[in-house]
Amino acid sequence: MSAHTSAVVDQDLRSKLLKPDVISGSEILLRSLLLEGVDCVFGYPGGAVLYIYDAMHGNEDFNHLLTRHEQGAIHAADGYARSTGKVGVCIATSGPGATNLVTGIATAYMDSVPLVVITGNVATTAIGTDAFQEADITGITMPITKHSYLVRNVEDLPRVIHEAFHIANTGRKGPVLIDIPKDISAQKTRFEWQEEVSVRGYNPTVQPNKLQVDRLVQAIEEAERPVILAGGGVVYSGAHEQLLEFVNKSQIPVTTTLLGLGGFPSGHELWIGMPGMHGTYTANTALQNCDLLIGIGARFDDRVTMTVQGFAPKAKIAHIDVDPAEIGKTVPTAIPCVGDVKAVLELVNEKVKPARSSAWIHQVQTWKEEKPLRYTDSDTELKPQYVIEMIHEATKGEAIVTTDVGQHQMWAAQYYRFNNPRSWITSGGLGTMGFGFPSAIGAQMGNPDRMVVSINGDGGMQMCSQELAICAIHNIPVKIVVINNQVLGMVRQWQEIIYDNRYSHIDLAGSPDFVKLAEAYGVKGLRATNKEEARLAWQEAMNTPGPVLIDFVVRKGENVFPMVTQGNTIDQMIMGDEE
Amino acid sequence: MSTHRHTISVLVNNQPGVLQRVSGLFGRRGFNIESITVGESEERGLSRMVIVTTGSERTLEQISKQLYKLIDVIKVVDLSASPMVAREVALIKVNAEPSARPEILGVVETFRASVVDIGTSTMIVQAIGDTDKIDAMVELLKPYGIRELSRTGVTAMTRGLGKA
Repeated sequence: MSAHTSAVVDQDLRSKLLKPDVISGSEILLRSLLLEGVDCVFGYPGGAVLYIYDAMHGNEDFNHLLTRHEQGAIHAADGYARSTGKVGVCIATSGPGATNLVTGIATAYMDSVPLVVITGNVATTAIGTDAFQEADITGITMPITKHSYLVRNVEDLPRVIHEAFHIANTGRKGPVLIDIPKDISAQKTRFEWQEEVSVRGYNPTVQPNKLQVDRLVQAIEEAERPVILAGGGVVYSGAHEQLLEFVNKSQIPVTTTLLGLGGFPSGHELWIGMPGMHGTYTANTALQNCDLLIGIGARFDDRVTMTVQGFAPKAKIAHIDVDPAEIGKTVPTAIPCVGDVKAVLELVNEKVKPARSSAWIHQVQTWKEEKPLRYTDSDTELKPQYVIEMIHEATKGEAIVTTDVGQHQMWAAQYYRFNNPRSWITSGGLGTMGFGFPSAIGAQMGNPDRMVVSINGDGGMQMCSQELAICAIHNIPVKIVVINNQVLGMVRQWQEIIYDNRYSHIDLAGSPDFVKLAEAYGVKGLRATNKEEARLAWQEAMNTPGPVLIDFVVRKGENVFPMVTQGNTIDQMIMGDEE
Repeated sequence: MSTHRHTISVLVNNQPGVLQRVSGLFGRRGFNIESITVGESEERGLSRMVIVTTGSERTLEQISKQLYKLIDVIKVVDLSASPMVAREVALIKVNAEPSARPEILGVVETFRASVVDIGTSTMIVQAIGDTDKIDAMVELLKPYGIRELSRTGVTAMTRGLGKA
């Protein structure tokens, strides 16, 4: 049993919502969402959710944003959740509406993002008959949700919604789906709201085993070449300050995974960049030579470890994670610390003493100086890395950056240096193209006062470009960047390096003129083909109060380096620019 | 790493879809299921599944941890880690012309099984026991011609006070 406080603070609204009126399932849904503190829902109506949309009509407390595709809605909810730490909510109808959410649900599941996904379904009497727009969405999404509900009694709705929010945003976070048959959304009952939430089979561990914490502290004291591998769990548990304190006290170099970017300030002298397939020379070399590896809220993903048998071969591994199933899943773990990352680090920080790492730090600093991330700039062609660096400088590293998937994502990860958590929104685990732009809309809705920059490739931009309409209609001031190399760049890179220059189906010639595409929706469009134009276009975009799309036409054959190809260990890097 | 057979007891909420959640987890994570049985438990609203699986100690640990992540899973116990009783029921429809029946009855008696149906040329033998016993009995009845075999899979519990 745990007390779960709803987020809604406005007492007048609260007492209005809590009135024990006899109301429909749809009104129960809206009231419950408001009681959970939901201030923005992304969705798309259809037959099975018409009662729910009817209940929204004229409801001034409830804020719903109509997207142009269900996939846009769920990615927006995801961006909202990642950038705010609150639960993202989206609504879609049964059948095709629900199945259009599947990619977004899997995206959130892989990256542990708290979502509550509401789907309509056909009436309970029609379930199982292959009715019009019927799909078994709880069955379809079972492998990609943290939990799911098919509501069969209207009386269960408030409890189910409250449980769903609790499960989504505690422990290892994740998406929870609530499937509501049409007749349930119409039936009426007295509204009863219970603050207490109790789910017998769900008790995530928060406080770690103190013995393991002591072992970790001792291992640090004895370590001469320690490294911290910090992942998304640091950001999700709000442990960035605790991590900074830990690093300063223990004097251990820290590498942040793709999802961990922003969890540690990139300007810190002990930050060594991102590890893995496109990681820095320093991070990868340090991991391969360390004697103690402390994973913190990171799951030793295969893009980080590459060939796992040869990963960190000299290291004793300690692992701090809220999910016990991640301990020992891919790497043998000597010191397991199961618990909330923030709670664990607070305990560790009480006791930790510096590692014997001064020689090691000197070594790591030498690597950093000798082999930094670098690219060959050009005066004739616009380089994608230059565009990212320029955006970083102009926004002073303070923007919220969302990306799609591919080369531009890796360049953004490498060349936008993050200072703050919840400022970097990218689909890491699933690698979902089409995620970058709609997730920025959600991030902007959740952070109206921050600048949101969405960096996309010319491929992914075409996978959810319909949401330009939302930016225009609601004047959502996302700065939409297209790193346009007229090709599926990451696939091209693999075909060049691994498939012997056999370029198969990667040419994106015939893509729309992105400037005209933006203008067609009523969004300002700009284009830059060289550095001068790039600086001017970006300045104009920054000075424009509303949404702007900037089409940066960049060099086609540029590759992401360093690169570790599959089958190799992370110290076997192709650096790309050696003579 | 060496592979062993494990018998796991999983206490779950008696909810629609819970069998799908558990079996789906085994399927997508590549865990093997030799048999799975499910029925009511001693507590109202909860069902007990008994799953026989094979794998290394590390696989077993992952199975247990991944099962615990399912919200509808209350408790997971590796029954085979301590002394246990494991039983399954088999119904074996075997060819049994009148001339062969005395021999078959001999087998049935030896295994303390019973005959639950006799037709003109077949009989149904009901056997209860651990998996090895049922396997042995099936082997002995094969020469007569087994027309149909139906086994429940193993249900099990630990001996003494140990509780799953």
